[in-house]
Amino acid sequence: MTTAMPLINLTQVSKSFGKVGAGSAYVAVDRLDLQVNQGQMLALLGKTGCGKSTIFNMIAGLTEPTSGTVTVDGRNPFREFDSFRGKMAIVFQNDRLLPWRTAIGNVELGLEMLDIPQQQRRATATRWLHTLGLRGHENDYPHALSGGMRQRVSIARAFATDANILLCDEPFSALDEMTGRTLRAEFVKLVKENGKTAVFITHSINEALEIGDRIVVLKRPANIAVDLPLTAMTTAAEKESIRSEIQGVLAA
Amino acid sequence: MTDATEQRPDRANLGAAFGRRAMSYVLPFAVVAGLWQVASLFFPPFLFPSLIAVFKRCFEILVNWGQFSDVLATIGRIMAGLAGAFLTGAAFAVMMARSRAVNEFLSPILTLFQGIPALSWVVFAIIWFHGIEPRIFFIMVMTTLPAFTFQVLSALQGMSRDLMEMVMSFRPTRAKLFRTMIIPAILPDILTAWKVNLGNASRVVVVAELVGATGGVGYELLQQQQVFDMAGALAWTLQLVFFVLIAQAILTFIENVAFRYRAVSERSL
Repeated sequence: MTTAMPLINLTQVSKSFGKVGAGSAYVAVDRLDLQVNQGQMLALLGKTGCGKSTIFNMIAGLTEPTSGTVTVDGRNPFREFDSFRGKMAIVFQNDRLLPWRTAIGNVELGLEMLDIPQQQRRATATRWLHTLGLRGHENDYPHALSGGMRQRVSIARAFATDANILLCDEPFSALDEMTGRTLRAEFVKLVKENGKTAVFITHSINEALEIGDRIVVLKRPANIAVDLPLTAMTTAAEKESIRSEIQGVLAA
Repeated sequence: MTDATEQRPDRANLGAAFGRRAMSYVLPFAVVAGLWQVASLFFPPFLFPSLIAVFKRCFEILVNWGQFSDVLATIGRIMAGLAGAFLTGAAFAVMMARSRAVNEFLSPILTLFQGIPALSWVVFAIIWFHGIEPRIFFIMVMTTLPAFTFQVLSALQGMSRDLMEMVMSFRPTRAKLFRTMIIPAILPDILTAWKVNLGNASRVVVVAELVGATGGVGYELLQQQQVFDMAGALAWTLQLVFFVLIAQAILTFIENVAFRYRAVSERSL
């Protein structure tokens, strides 16, 4: 992996839905330039429908840009889809657990795709479930778990593959404030401890301030309205100033 | 009131509920059997034979290999026909789910097949095929293929897009995608399709054997009809009914084991 190049690189990326040129096309992303460096934790912030999830899907290789280029670690994630096996993991807005698998079975899913031997798979999945406070729930089916527990399983599933890149699509938005805050803190700790690169989509300013060491606010159609770096040294007063700036951009 | 005393009436209620449920299953059969037995007292045996005579014939079929092999032949034909139709139907359904062109091409053909009566397929099979087994296999496949195809197709189309996207995000190989996502997701519909088609197949196989076979339950029924042996006709019919009940029970058992992950609401429909 080169250090000179950004890990995730979007150059002049546009994405339209519907028939382009027929007047019915909806432009979700408009000539976006965005770079994310190795080890960075980027919070992508924007109003509902501003194209955050479309950017997310393009980075994940689930959809292709209409124009422009998307590269992750120097490769096209859509065309070289399989080459990212085990290198990228996603935490979705809802837990998306397979109902026919137990908690541990769900965590093992990504490891199965990597052909990890069964014993090692089980050990890794167990360790991640325990890390996320789900000791004793390994063999519970998703319907028997609470919303917070289910989302913990989905986080464990993402971390278990030891993917270098984590893509998170508002993973805590469906949880109550207390559970969301606790999980968020645990998530940030795990990302930092494990040296991951994370792109975190959110529509909450508070969440972006808690999570990101860089906040990109998007306008509609998706393009960068403001790009704000944060450091550990950022003071509470500075954060308040950033909050006001973001509120101003979102209100515009 | 303590917890222990609160539980006692619940247990009693459960026992009563179980008893009522068991009774609700048994009672209709008991009433029909009773009416039949009463009728046997007033009508000649070729119209309403006594139940004792019918069960005696049933037992004879079960213990006589020459006769029981006819039952097994019919069961074999049903299972072979259903397996053939299922495998072909599943392959068609996958192709139809993947390609709109294939779907638009095959859907009208299968709908047309659905409109053709089973007896017509029997006539076509007799004209087209020489051997008995190919004839029956063809009839079984053609009569159950459309239902299998449409049921598997509907299951494939009804799969959760969210779950599919989640599994795809791990970049599975095609084989792993089928094993971890597609097969578990469509299994409930596949088992339902088997349950429905099992009943259809057991009816069709009798017609096929009645006209185009020299063995099997359908053929034996024809023999009983020629000698006006109602007890024999009922006994042979019951062999097929027993088979369907056993097969359905096995499918239900598989459902109970395979779908134990499902949440059960305390309020039923």
